Amino acid sequence: MAERICGICSDAHTTCYTQAIEDLLGIEAPPRAKYIRVIIAELERIHSHSLWLGIAAHEIGFDTLFMYLWRDRETVMDMLEFISGNRVHYAMNTIGGVRRDIPSEMTPKIKDGLDFLEKRIKYYIKTISSDRTIQKRTVDVGILKPKDAIELCAVGPTLRASGVKNDVRRDDPYAAYDEIPFNVVTHDGCDVFARIIVRCEEMLESINMIRYALDHMPAGMLRVRVPMAVEPNEAVSRVEAPRGELIHYARSNGTARPERYKVRSPTLANIPALCKMLMGQHVADIPIVLAGIDPCFACMDRLALIDVNTGRKKILDFNSLRENIRRMRGNCP
Amino acid sequence: MGLLRWAQIRSPWIIHFNTGGCNGCDIEVVAAFTPRFDVERFGILLKGSPRHADILAVTGPVTLQVRDRLVRIYEQMPEPKYVLAIGACACSGAPFKDCYNVLGGVDEVLPVDVYVPGCPPKPEAIIDGVVKLIQKIKRGDANGRG
Repeated sequence: MAERICGICSDAHTTCYTQAIEDLLGIEAPPRAKYIRVIIAELERIHSHSLWLGIAAHEIGFDTLFMYLWRDRETVMDMLEFISGNRVHYAMNTIGGVRRDIPSEMTPKIKDGLDFLEKRIKYYIKTISSDRTIQKRTVDVGILKPKDAIELCAVGPTLRASGVKNDVRRDDPYAAYDEIPFNVVTHDGCDVFARIIVRCEEMLESINMIRYALDHMPAGMLRVRVPMAVEPNEAVSRVEAPRGELIHYARSNGTARPERYKVRSPTLANIPALCKMLMGQHVADIPIVLAGIDPCFACMDRLALIDVNTGRKKILDFNSLRENIRRMRGNCP
Repeated sequence: MGLLRWAQIRSPWIIHFNTGGCNGCDIEVVAAFTPRFDVERFGILLKGSPRHADILAVTGPVTLQVRDRLVRIYEQMPEPKYVLAIGACACSGAPFKDCYNVLGGVDEVLPVDVYVPGCPPKPEAIIDGVVKLIQKIKRGDANGRG
């Protein structure tokens, strides 16, 4: 179910969920499982970033780049299907470890795919940095100053494109990120162009991380036994999803059902920053600025009503929400 | 065979609508339009407006919030029109079935011609769904209006 929160960052949600529950249970995934989690997470990052880059190209009317990127993206989809058996929902994580192994026979094929992707991504970085059409549409568009980015709690590539070095993988390492060397990519441009470059270079970092993880994967178990009883407790888990910091919160009360579960997705965190970016922009630039934060509306179903005339805010609480639903259900045959 | 049906069989235009799913099916629908699968070579086009479309491709479970919008989009489409339910959620509601805010599959609201199961279905499966729908139109036993 946690996987179905979002189809694009499905692995980030399951990693976050399993980590929260493992924390509640007081168990830890074995080292090999942690490496497999990293490999899948980074493959997912490549797939998500190249998907985003294609959509961004589409938003500025550059459909040729969109088609090229999505063609190359099929390589990473093939790798994910090869490893997990499914292109979008990998179902790799389970509480206490992972469900499938990545045996050494798979390594050469994955590495071939990575070599191809590396070549293509380098080519795209070169093209994007030298293409005047892209520059005209993205440089100095949707400015987000570092101070505003921090004040408005932006996360992920949006924050890093404002020159702030912040990454959960480095700041609060989970899975095997503390053992794998990588750079946190930042850019000082503060505009949409910087967000494109940050994501491109993150893909290259991800490729190197997967290579390292494949070479240094420890042998051992894939998962540990999970205790049947859950003590009353609470846990918070953080994961660097492709879009930024993802937070899951869980509270148990001693029964088999969670008492409270809360998901804070990265898109929600980036929306306040988006309001700042859109100030003083042309209407024609709205799509690319909005796309610039890599919004994922499937993750972002929250509701706050603001009356523009009076500035009065109203947040629907659970009871009024239930009332609304009951009213709507009454209308349905 | 009338001109309209001939044109629809040769080049069905699709409008894609997400009724509250997880984006998984949507990226697979879009993937079907990109070079690896490239359904545009068969004349299948993705359209932005329901007024231009022959087929409504629905992904995701129908939420109570989106129900009226879904019906409105369907009403805006010119006849004859067909509905393609893509993914387990659109077929039955899948894991979201019986959620407090979910009505269920698309067939709770609209007449569905072809179901494409899977979570998410592969682009090949989606293309197969469209092909099946075209065969249905050819045979003349598709809903058309409902």
